[in-house]
Amino acid sequence: MTQRTPLHPVHLELGARMVDFGGWDMPLAYGSQIEEHHAVRRDAGMFDVSHMCVVDLHGAAVRDLLSRLLANDVGRLKVPGKALYSCMLREDGGVIDDLIAYFIEEGWFRLVVNAGTAVKDLEWIGRHAAQAGVKVAPRRDLAMIAVQGPNARARVVSQMPAVYQERVLALAPFFGVAGGELFVARTGYTGEDGFEVMLPAVQAPTFWLALKAAGVAPCGLGARDTLRLEAGMNLYGNDMDEGVGPLESGLGWTVVLDGERDFIGREALVEQKRRGGLRRLVGLVLEDRGVLRAHQRVLAGEAGEGEITSGGWSPTMERSIALARVPAGTGDRVQVDLRGRLVSARVVKPPFVRHGQVLVNV
Amino acid sequence: MSNVPGDLRYTKSHEWVRALPDGSVEVGITDHAQNALGDLVFVEVPQTGRQVGAGDAFAVVESVKAASDVYSPVGGEVVAGNDALASQPELINQEPYGQGWIARLKPGSLADVEGLLDAAAYEAFLASEA
Repeated sequence: MTQRTPLHPVHLELGARMVDFGGWDMPLAYGSQIEEHHAVRRDAGMFDVSHMCVVDLHGAAVRDLLSRLLANDVGRLKVPGKALYSCMLREDGGVIDDLIAYFIEEGWFRLVVNAGTAVKDLEWIGRHAAQAGVKVAPRRDLAMIAVQGPNARARVVSQMPAVYQERVLALAPFFGVAGGELFVARTGYTGEDGFEVMLPAVQAPTFWLALKAAGVAPCGLGARDTLRLEAGMNLYGNDMDEGVGPLESGLGWTVVLDGERDFIGREALVEQKRRGGLRRLVGLVLEDRGVLRAHQRVLAGEAGEGEITSGGWSPTMERSIALARVPAGTGDRVQVDLRGRLVSARVVKPPFVRHGQVLVNV
Repeated sequence: MSNVPGDLRYTKSHEWVRALPDGSVEVGITDHAQNALGDLVFVEVPQTGRQVGAGDAFAVVESVKAASDVYSPVGGEVVAGNDALASQPELINQEPYGQGWIARLKPGSLADVEGLLDAAAYEAFLASEA
């Protein structure tokens, strides 16, 4: 049975082309996906991300629980409202999911996990939470709207109740603030500034339409994918999954191995590091015409072969880019098997684009 | 609803064919096809002089979503490819039946063209697929 977000009727009303995503009937695009992409890079766009699952964790031991469940260190969350991006790992170091953890107040953390993994995440978190006496509350009563782009913050604030405006405007990057059932965070997954707004499901359609009237462009999952790819941000299930760990997924920066903290998966990662020869997740810029796609073979000469994990068209760079997992020792140039044709690509360090600026040499 | 001009012929793989006065035919993809593909970013048109059989993959259209083969609705010789698509693939989105044409062919047999779907049959086919 396909699931629907509280904004589903609004998407249909706006004429969106709908697509199944992780069991959810979601908008792919409302019109031109490329125009939606540009709206976010140049002005302001919004995404219904209510399919992602908000999970509240309550209890005295919640910090200790997350310290064990997450590969990033929740000890870094000292100030209420601060957010942290992290992987949640299996004992063998495979990635169960990537998520955002918000420290709301001592004894209360909020996680946002992926839609397609929510059931197994809740099962995993629930099992460990039960032992720790932490209460797990999935918040399907909330909707979530990501508003992104250089003008996103001003537009969101203009549509907020006056009592919250000042606090929301004052948010530093990667901080959130709660006001009643409303939660606003200066986070996102596009490489642009903006907010993610969690609010009661019944209020979501009105808020969405108010933002639209204020000039925020509705954007679908198609644009969300090209934006996050340009921003060099991983997509769970494409760029990493249970079969591959964070160190081989460009996510080493999210793993804290310093100190004694004993998180699930730590031993496996330490062993992987000791053995060495790890594959790397790199960026590719196609030099020939065409479009790189996931699962295409990457030929890295003597170093061996790799695979594209996410590929597509970059509307900002007007050429094809990709993330690829390549063997250790891969040089600065590779070939890709593009439907039987060998094409040349340059190896770069993601991100490709941030805050409207192209960061790699084209 | 997709636009299906009455004066063209169609295939079930969503190509259209226009008979030109000089006996050649112009080929493109339908409004339904461009809409399903989304924004086009890359088009590979066939070389002039190439011999193709009916049903052969003879062009590639690549959108933000996927790469798709375009099949020649008729057998014959390619007499022109639409070179404008190299720099403006979006012409297919904007004018699938006009400036977004992909290639012109000299058909080996006119019977090939007559065997294609007419507008009513193509519309019925689209309805049956929906």
